[in-house]
Amino acid sequence: MNQSIVQVRNVTKIYKRDNFDIPVLQNLSIDVPEGEFLALMGPSGSGKTTLLNLIAGIDRPTSGSITVSGTDIASLGESALAKWRANHVGFIFQFYNLLPVLTAYENVELPLILTNLSKKEKREHVEAALSVVGLADRMHHYPRQLSGGQEQRVAIARAVVTDPTIIVADEPTGDLDKKSAEEILILMDRLNKEFKKTILMVTHDPHAAERAHKIQHLEKGELS
Amino acid sequence: MKVLKLIFKNLLRHKLRTALTILGIAVAVMAFGLLRTVVTAWYSGVEASAVNRLVTRHAVSFILPLPIADEEQIAKVPGVTNISHFTWFQGIYIDERQFFPRMAVDPEKVFQIYPEFLIAPDQLETFKKERNSCVVGEKTAKLYNLKIGDIMSIRGDIYPGQWEFVVRGIYKPKDKTTDATQMFFHFAYLDERMRQEAPSRAGQVGWFVMTIDNPNRAPEISAAVDALFANSRAETKTETEKAFQQSFVSLSGTIITSLQLISYVIIGIILLVLANTIVMTARERIREYAVLKVLGFTSYHIGGLVFGESLLIAILGGVIGVVLTFPVCAGFAEAMSTFFPLFNVEPMTIVLAMIFSLAVGVIAAIYPAVKSVRTRIVDGLRQIG
Repeated sequence: MNQSIVQVRNVTKIYKRDNFDIPVLQNLSIDVPEGEFLALMGPSGSGKTTLLNLIAGIDRPTSGSITVSGTDIASLGESALAKWRANHVGFIFQFYNLLPVLTAYENVELPLILTNLSKKEKREHVEAALSVVGLADRMHHYPRQLSGGQEQRVAIARAVVTDPTIIVADEPTGDLDKKSAEEILILMDRLNKEFKKTILMVTHDPHAAERAHKIQHLEKGELS
Repeated sequence: MKVLKLIFKNLLRHKLRTALTILGIAVAVMAFGLLRTVVTAWYSGVEASAVNRLVTRHAVSFILPLPIADEEQIAKVPGVTNISHFTWFQGIYIDERQFFPRMAVDPEKVFQIYPEFLIAPDQLETFKKERNSCVVGEKTAKLYNLKIGDIMSIRGDIYPGQWEFVVRGIYKPKDKTTDATQMFFHFAYLDERMRQEAPSRAGQVGWFVMTIDNPNRAPEISAAVDALFANSRAETKTETEKAFQQSFVSLSGTIITSLQLISYVIIGIILLVLANTIVMTARERIREYAVLKVLGFTSYHIGGLVFGESLLIAILGGVIGVVLTFPVCAGFAEAMSTFFPLFNVEPMTIVLAMIFSLAVGVIAAIYPAVKSVRTRIVDGLRQIG
């Protein structure tokens, strides 16, 4: 394995709800080597999605540091963090979160709006990403015209179209039937092995976790 | 794909809601345009006033008469180049609802004082010669299908009795700001009957209109005219034609103020209609905005999407409303042509309507944009849309 691309050091995350402090992660440290396919498992409320969000730069730790590809993301301002996410993170959601008014092509193109790529380059990137997920022939279909599995494949194409440093997936098979879930897992496996993508996946499904190189369990905010 | 395309696509997400909102704004903008035009029409006489004309009326009220003999004295005031008298006759033509100004005038001078009323020389000559003749504006002639030689029968109210006039001229307006609804007839025709039926009212006119050589001397000439009749039984008040017209308009001040107020209330209604739509829209899309933030979209992008959609709806509604304003105002002008001789949609009304539309588009988006930007990504992703 390669050197750590993700370094989480002594991270604590406490949510404030009304007047209550709710600790979710406590003094947690973890390293993810480059090219790793890591599955995070644990019961509901264990903090695995919170950890994923912190690594993806969509939430901030209460204390501690998170370094991804040499950047201390906890120290970045909002705009810088948004730019960092655009360049370094591909996010796969449980419920796909495609924009219903956009076609598969346009959904995959969304992250490229923020780049300086030419129209031709954008088209090449989008078509390549949709080819990788096997949906080149459905690029002009709207989400409502696709199955759940196909929607998730479009979401994966959207996550990889910018060639991000890491891919984070939050229950990517949680809303799919067994066959579609298997297709998604095969695709993620391919992204990891063929395209050398570092993947962090949160899942409840032991079968999904088996696809990962490494499984880490999170319970009450602590890794085991 | 550009952000603008995303705004367009979002706009078409709830087609009915968007269409109704745009329609609501369009109707409100149209109503605003109509009301503003009514207010403008009310002031049209003031705006169309000539700078070189002064009006002398009774100091107490313009409804009180002045002796016709004053004319001779006023004509001698240095700076006065011409003068004529006018008397409000009114009466009922056909029925009480038919309104257009009917005035007794000096046929020799009325078209000298008002050169913007264009009359054919032969018609003017006939008008001057025939004591019971009259001249009507082109608009009134068209409305009542009056032609040269027709008889106009008017039942008097201020001046009782049945009055008959022969149409001997139809004047045309010099331009679109000129009133083409008035009717003029011989003061002598009115006065001779007053001498027979109400001698105390004979020799009394409504007001004098004079032209002056230098508009800059208006205050000085006005003072000189009024000084002639100071401490007399009929003291005068001389003012510019604009001020005189303004005094007529001020009689309807409350109505005009109400109309102006209503036109601004309409802007408030537009704001509420649009704000309601944009707030609903932004609330429904909190999760999508969170997803866009995850993809790297900044607060500026999210704010831009909300503002963009709001502005686009406001602009579309504003443009449609402005386009509708013209035929609606034209129909209104047709129906109310005698009450509003000049009823044109002013460029400023259009500019104001569009400025208000844009302002409403911006204001309506402020709260939902701020809320969308401030919502944390993790909270947005939890939102069930």
